[in-house]
Amino acid sequence: MSVLTRTEDEGFPRYVEEGYRSTALRGPRKPLLVVPEKLWDLSGPAFGVDAVGDLDHDLTRQHDGEPIGERIVVTGRVLDRSGRPIRNTLVEVWQANACGRYRHEVDQHPAPLDPNFTGAGRCLTDDDGAYRFVTIKPGAYPWGNHDNAWRPAHIHFSVFGRSFTDRLVTQMYFPGDPLQDADPIFRSVRDPKARERLVCAHDWEATTPDWALGYRWDIVIGATPLDAD
Amino acid sequence: MVLEPTPSQTVGPYFTIGLGVPQNELVADDDPRAVRITGRVLDGAGIAVPDALVEIWQATAGWGRCATDADGRYAFVATRPGPIAMLVFARGLLKPVLTRISFPGETGGDRVLAAIEDASLRQTLVAVEADGGLQFDVRLQGDDQTAFFAVN
Repeated sequence: MSVLTRTEDEGFPRYVEEGYRSTALRGPRKPLLVVPEKLWDLSGPAFGVDAVGDLDHDLTRQHDGEPIGERIVVTGRVLDRSGRPIRNTLVEVWQANACGRYRHEVDQHPAPLDPNFTGAGRCLTDDDGAYRFVTIKPGAYPWGNHDNAWRPAHIHFSVFGRSFTDRLVTQMYFPGDPLQDADPIFRSVRDPKARERLVCAHDWEATTPDWALGYRWDIVIGATPLDAD
Repeated sequence: MVLEPTPSQTVGPYFTIGLGVPQNELVADDDPRAVRITGRVLDGAGIAVPDALVEIWQATAGWGRCATDADGRYAFVATRPGPIAMLVFARGLLKPVLTRISFPGETGGDRVLAAIEDASLRQTLVAVEADGGLQFDVRLQGDDQTAFFAVN
């Protein structure tokens, strides 16, 4: 067997992205070594299977009171590239509160913390591969990457597939947000069509009358950013 | 039908809010196969990465994850024999890096290692015995960068 180098897939971020300062010393600069699956089999039983509590999917009911903000439902399906559902797999999310502040010691943005909002949720997909979270819409926030840098509103997602290399950690953005075009993390996905796959859609079916707006976002895994094709 | 995959984005600096539950013992400490494996994640300047998420998988022992500490250090209880598959996520990594820990003394029949022609690159994938366990550092960048993989 010969070890081949790979070319980067334009549909995915590169490791070193000039506009995103933290990649400068952290992104590998040597080409990846491409190994055939038959030489290194990373498929296997259930990754990240864990007990999930009844209320873990509802970020608005983890404290005595309700968090401040616009209540929303975020739902969708986890699918492989053939469109088959990935069932009973763990989906984890974390996010800033409605003011754009994370409950994390490193976050020093001078916006209020909400005593009724932690910003973490988890659930297992059902037989259709569907997940559902109830949360509040996260706020945008400034960051130190460049002058007047602001992250567009987003929710962090972590999902597992059928193989260790299916592992996906990503961010879901909201439709119509003008901050996206100036965000080097969002724009690190250079193909605009691929970027659209990071943006959820408002969805009437997921919208609950008199209670919460709904957003739909499907996640497709199975060919990972590590895949050479 | 072939669906287009969802792109990766960085795990960012705040992932411990959602992914903080440590699951760093693949087997119990007193399992006869158990081996403690620890190491540091370092950037291209040789500086510790204190906000990395390290995940490992072994076919025989399952999956685990651990956030690095202020020294960039992770620690797992995994199993002998190797290898171990490892993914590292961090702020500044727009997609994870995949590497593979080979255990010293087990490198002879290792077909993945054998396929790497550059001996110094090969050596970045071999853990060292230390304090009765194994040590494996991940260098994200630089002349001594760890070998990272794509599997297809």
